[in-house]
Amino acid sequence: MLIFDHSRPGRTATAQLPAAGGSLDDLPANLRRRDAPALPEVSELDVVRHYTRLSQKNFSIDTQFYPLGSCTMKYNPRACNSLAMLPQFLARHPASPDETGQGFLTSMFELQEMLKDVTGMAGVSMAPMAGAHGEFAGVAMIRAYHDARGDTARREMIVPDAAHGTNPASAVMCGYTVKEIPTDASGSIDLAALRAAVGPQTAGLMLTNPSTLGVFEKTIADIQKIVHDAGGLLYYDGANLNAILGKVRPGDMGFDVIHMNLHKTFSTPHGGGGPGAGPVGVAERLLPFMPIPLVLNENGFYRLATEADLPQSIGRMSANMGNAGVLMRAYVYARLLGREGMHRVAEYATLNANYLMARLREAGFDLAFPERRASHEFIVTLKKLKDTTGVSAMDFAKRLLDYGFHAPTTYFPMLVPECLLIEPTETESRETLDGFVEAMITIKREAETSPDLVKGAPYSLPVRRLDDVRAARELDLAYKPTA
Amino acid sequence: MPFIPHTEEDVSAMLGAIGAASIEELFDEIPPALKTGKLKDVPDGLPEMAVARLMQERASADGFWSSFIGAGVYEHHIPAAIWQITTRGEFYSAYTPYQAEASQGTLQLIYEYQTMMTRLTGLDVSNASLYDGASALAEAVLMAVRSHKTSRRVLVPKTVHPIYRRVVDTTVKNQGIELVELAYDPTTGHTVLPADPGSFAGLVIPQPNFFGVLEDVHAMTDWAHDKGALAIALVNPTTLAVLEAPGQWGSRSNQGGGADIAVGEGQPLGAPMASGGPYFGFMCCRQAFVRQMPGRIVGRTVDLDGKPGFTLTLQAREQHIRRSKATSNICTNQGLVVTAATQYMALLGPQGLAKVASVSHAGTVALAEKLAAIPGVTRAFTSPYFHEVVLKLNDNARDVLRALRAQGILGGLDISGWYPELGHAILVCVTETKTAADLDHYAQHMERILSKRREAPPCAYKN
Repeated sequence: MLIFDHSRPGRTATAQLPAAGGSLDDLPANLRRRDAPALPEVSELDVVRHYTRLSQKNFSIDTQFYPLGSCTMKYNPRACNSLAMLPQFLARHPASPDETGQGFLTSMFELQEMLKDVTGMAGVSMAPMAGAHGEFAGVAMIRAYHDARGDTARREMIVPDAAHGTNPASAVMCGYTVKEIPTDASGSIDLAALRAAVGPQTAGLMLTNPSTLGVFEKTIADIQKIVHDAGGLLYYDGANLNAILGKVRPGDMGFDVIHMNLHKTFSTPHGGGGPGAGPVGVAERLLPFMPIPLVLNENGFYRLATEADLPQSIGRMSANMGNAGVLMRAYVYARLLGREGMHRVAEYATLNANYLMARLREAGFDLAFPERRASHEFIVTLKKLKDTTGVSAMDFAKRLLDYGFHAPTTYFPMLVPECLLIEPTETESRETLDGFVEAMITIKREAETSPDLVKGAPYSLPVRRLDDVRAARELDLAYKPTA
Repeated sequence: MPFIPHTEEDVSAMLGAIGAASIEELFDEIPPALKTGKLKDVPDGLPEMAVARLMQERASADGFWSSFIGAGVYEHHIPAAIWQITTRGEFYSAYTPYQAEASQGTLQLIYEYQTMMTRLTGLDVSNASLYDGASALAEAVLMAVRSHKTSRRVLVPKTVHPIYRRVVDTTVKNQGIELVELAYDPTTGHTVLPADPGSFAGLVIPQPNFFGVLEDVHAMTDWAHDKGALAIALVNPTTLAVLEAPGQWGSRSNQGGGADIAVGEGQPLGAPMASGGPYFGFMCCRQAFVRQMPGRIVGRTVDLDGKPGFTLTLQAREQHIRRSKATSNICTNQGLVVTAATQYMALLGPQGLAKVASVSHAGTVALAEKLAAIPGVTRAFTSPYFHEVVLKLNDNARDVLRALRAQGILGGLDISGWYPELGHAILVCVTETKTAADLDHYAQHMERILSKRREAPPCAYKN
């Protein structure tokens, strides 16, 4: 039932309406709206009940285990939310003078400094509002750097074939062409291919490390040298930062620019698809190009930097200061964890991933890279199962939903057939991981004995498998009542 | 260990299953020379109680202010129910709804949101939201250029928020797109349409514009269409309860005219101001452009049993499928804020939203009249305005605002730096949250401050 089905002409949530109306007589008649917008006319209880019920149709971290590779679905501590939502913080207008926001700006400055420390970068700007937004900022800085030196022939960005789709899309938005390079059999970048790809046209290389294949690029020192020797810059996609937090820093690996996903590594909520936060960190030579605003500390007075402070900045990414409230949640998280907590994140995320990998291997699942350590995630390939039973990774994933587990990431990265990319995170207990292994074993047995059962899953959710083809062909993107 | 449940026994059993002697051994593929020593700028961890105390102290230091600043972000009442429901774990900690069967709550909510936005803007389709109003405008500019066969020029009036224009510039400058600034009439505050604009792909039409002035959206829409370009509406969603919907702009709106794309800042629909975010950008367009639209879109379909359900659709436009050929690199929608906005629109309904808009506007008119009656304060423009107004001062705007601040009043935004031709100018906004007493309080202090400064000017050497 849609909220519109509850609507009755003349019904209102009266307590939410201003007591009196105001005159609009001074407005030109031709600019006024002729027909009122057909928003729902419902009571407050209608709204509360309807959306509470909708919430109950969702999986979430608070209710289910989400072994979703590359997404770092760890517990979102409640304190981060309640302390970011203290009433004074919420009431502050973004264009208020810096003098009225020293509490907020102090927190932002300290977060900026902590992010510098954990990534090993010389500067951090928290302007970008999501990972892809950070990627755009990072690539734009690479371009601004080359352009500022008159090195304008560099128009090609190298991207490994296993990269997230946002990498090539961000490079294109900055006016670059994309050159893909392959991955070798052990899941590492093919160094020979990289050597052949670089040249005077190379603007840079975008790399995730550990890669989306769940393995650490052991030859990072060579990669770094090849790209830098060719005059390119090295971009770090921070999607998998959780795997190395407090263990190894992108700055120490030689990266020139990075973005972080605070909704992954710093446990801000995914919120059903956003808002995230994608701060960027830079090495010394990119400092002048950082997006604004960032927070400056002038003898204990905190203020937002403007164009006057950074005349070579790539510019502004948002009307205000990024997703400030998300940054506040990340700040609270960082203070709760502290230094030792940061070091522990990668340790226990990696312990959980390797444990789960060992248990699944023991249960007869095929690993994509059996000779490698898992980072914080790893890949199971169901190709053999598909060949013998017809049950695909997608079927398997849907059946997991019936057992109360969110599906792992499926069909990404695209180079491993019938893959499940599994990332347990550090906040899950051994019992939860064991329960997941049991479900995996059960479903594998089901696939071998009654494959149609698995192919028809899920059965226990609000809907069964949806017709995506119809959704795209017979577009129904907004409700229109049938007369 | 904060948020890590492992006991010592767990750790040793798990290492045993892995066949490793220590956790450190699990990092043996990382070259030892790269490994980090101790972090130096991250302080020791604190228990929740201590962090709570710290944050409460900082919040108290920031305090509460009587704010008359608008400029794209508006202080509206947010019903208590909204964020209580929005922060339910099932919404708050859910992932992007790629697994549709496990995300029907989020998906149906977005479908309802899309429906409400199309009704508000009078356009056919809506996406599931973008980052914020400024980035949504940038995406609309890119979309107009994609949809136009030849031109890579887009006309952007100077009456568009100056920071929005900068965000658009940052976003499109590396793609060979030319942004052409349009001047405004210094008397009326209206955008002036150039006699010979040359070929262009789109015209941005702000309503109300940054000055609060109501543009002649009908003439601007027709003009853009006559030149073979798209009309891009930049609108405040609250005002759409009472101002004409973009889909109805122009003289030919019933013949497929009207604005082609509408974008704007969703913050007024239930998002707290919170020093800048998170908010969300909305984007609606005519059906013909749906495949050029960036961002997630939810569609209604049926399941295996023929039961209605919701799923992400038209994903072939998006980066995770199309990679370098996607319509945008965007991955996110601002899901949680959209969750709040959907409830806001449902709670307010057409009557409530119209009341919020009209009370805010009437308050602005009342304050503008009170302030303009004070010697040294005049309205900058003669045209009708909505909900926000530019006032010129015959005194230094920064100093006057600072004096008001000493009384707990944030009297508006000093826009002299962006528009030096206006002299000392402030942009002032009133919403339904302000009472008549609040307006009187502001006007009394403004009068006192201006007259005091006139009678006893501050020492020139002091500054």
